Amino acid sequence: MGQTITEKILSTHAGRAVHAGDMVVVDVDATMASDTTAPLAIQAFEQMGGDKLAQPERTFLVIDHAAPAPNERIGNLHELMRRFAKDQGCTLYDVGEGICHQLMVDNHHVHPGEIFIGADSHTCSYGALGAFATGVGSTDIAAIWRTGQTWLRVPESIKITIDGSLQAGVQAKDLTLFLVGQIGISGATYQAIEFCGPAVRSLSSGGRFTLANMAIEMGAKAGIVHPEGLTLSQPFTPIHPDEDAQYARSLHFDVSDLTPQVSIPGSPDKVFDLEQYEGTSVSYAFIGTCVNGRLEDLHTAARILDGKRVAPGVRLIIAPASRDIFLQALADGTVASLSRAGATFIPSGCGPCVGTHNGVPGDGETVISTANRNFTGRMGNPRAHVFLGAPSAVAAAAREGCITNPTRFL
Amino acid sequence: MNTQIKGAAHVYGDHVDTDRIIPGKYTKTLDLQTLANHVFEDLDPDFRSRMNPGDIVVGGENFGCGSSREQAPLALKTAGTSVVLAKFFARIFFRNAINIGLPVLEVPDLEANTGDILKVNLQTGLVLNQTRGTEYQANAMPSVMLDILRAGGLVAYLQEHGTYSTSSVTEAHPA
Repeated sequence: MGQTITEKILSTHAGRAVHAGDMVVVDVDATMASDTTAPLAIQAFEQMGGDKLAQPERTFLVIDHAAPAPNERIGNLHELMRRFAKDQGCTLYDVGEGICHQLMVDNHHVHPGEIFIGADSHTCSYGALGAFATGVGSTDIAAIWRTGQTWLRVPESIKITIDGSLQAGVQAKDLTLFLVGQIGISGATYQAIEFCGPAVRSLSSGGRFTLANMAIEMGAKAGIVHPEGLTLSQPFTPIHPDEDAQYARSLHFDVSDLTPQVSIPGSPDKVFDLEQYEGTSVSYAFIGTCVNGRLEDLHTAARILDGKRVAPGVRLIIAPASRDIFLQALADGTVASLSRAGATFIPSGCGPCVGTHNGVPGDGETVISTANRNFTGRMGNPRAHVFLGAPSAVAAAAREGCITNPTRFL
Repeated sequence: MNTQIKGAAHVYGDHVDTDRIIPGKYTKTLDLQTLANHVFEDLDPDFRSRMNPGDIVVGGENFGCGSSREQAPLALKTAGTSVVLAKFFARIFFRNAINIGLPVLEVPDLEANTGDILKVNLQTGLVLNQTRGTEYQANAMPSVMLDILRAGGLVAYLQEHGTYSTSSVTEAHPA
């Protein structure tokens, strides 16, 4: 019986051929936890009687969700992480180094065909590389730290084939938001998604990352991008599904006519053509997060804002996804261009997206953000209204002071 | 683990996300009482004052979607919630709840209003709405999850077993 990519990866790690519905105990290749999840995980690890990490060389802690610490309570949690990393000999990425998911990919901590378990729901991003990567909570991570293993139910897969090619100025994020709208916030619950087809094949590495990142916004356990078109700096063995692999559903979309998309306040799957919301005033535009804080996203923003000014009454906040990205954007003039346009750069991290600090909106404000979530209260204020869009849409809104079709500037 | 639970229902709709269960701004703490103090703060500001220890939270579809924060089930448990029932759960929340010893049951056809008195048998999965006189059957969960729940959570399970028992995990779902 043929296998999906997920079934192949889980079979390799379970030591037997498995299919959807099977329960497996697997060796986990690597783990990651952030300053939201690591403190509880450290506590659980110690309560479990954990002494030494099963794999210190492949255990990663990242301080990104509230970095630098906005108060003493969080400062102390960061200290707990630093002490633990030092005692255990695992890698800690400290304040300002970057957002966990960007760091895992850019620093080659995850590879095609591996099982990577992260204590953050957007761990599914590494499906962009052909890894089986999924998010869990703190205690599950602690158990992997102690045993080196976890249990999984082998998920069924949904195969999503994207035909056509994106029009000029329409971005990977627009495609991704469109799919989230089509599948729905729970449409892939307990399942994995495989993304393939001509429009996927031609995505940049960053675009693949964006696509896989939001698999969790469709409820999926993992979102794996087929390897056709994947380029990595290190050699790798691509994993393809068998021709006769069994899928729970096979969906086809043609995106040749797709226009810029927005998700409207309340839930990421409330997705519409951006033009329906053109003219909606915004006072806060945010570019960053694990889904869209990469160099190509900053370049897109700079194309729209270079030599211009952010509209009066709008503030544009930018958090590059890592320090390396920030340095590249400094070196090529992007930071200067965007700063001259009125952007404020904040340290690399998750603060505004999760509402910890560094840009919490006020009551009644309308925000447009490149993030992946806009649940009520998500950015720290339940009385703010958060639209999600592509970096192009956020930059265009910052320039015009209202939601604006960005394709006219690209 | 107490297998017989009786309490008043607090009923919510579909897709109750983790930001609604515990906003991200409160999650960076090891103080569980802080989490409990802010549970459902934006969704149902009166929940804390209305609920009694042992009460039951009832969701619709996809309860607990969004973030992987274990603080969400911890907030509910610390506030005194005895069990969460829903048509189905978001995957990470479901695992997290079991791992911290908060019972969760998928009850696809459950009908209840806030204030109804429910009796839940965690052994059999039978849910009785005493107010309405109606009975519902919860879906079975994988045996490894039952074992973890019976132990009181994953910390206690691993204190006892030291590792995952492959035979327990790979068993088919109980009937």
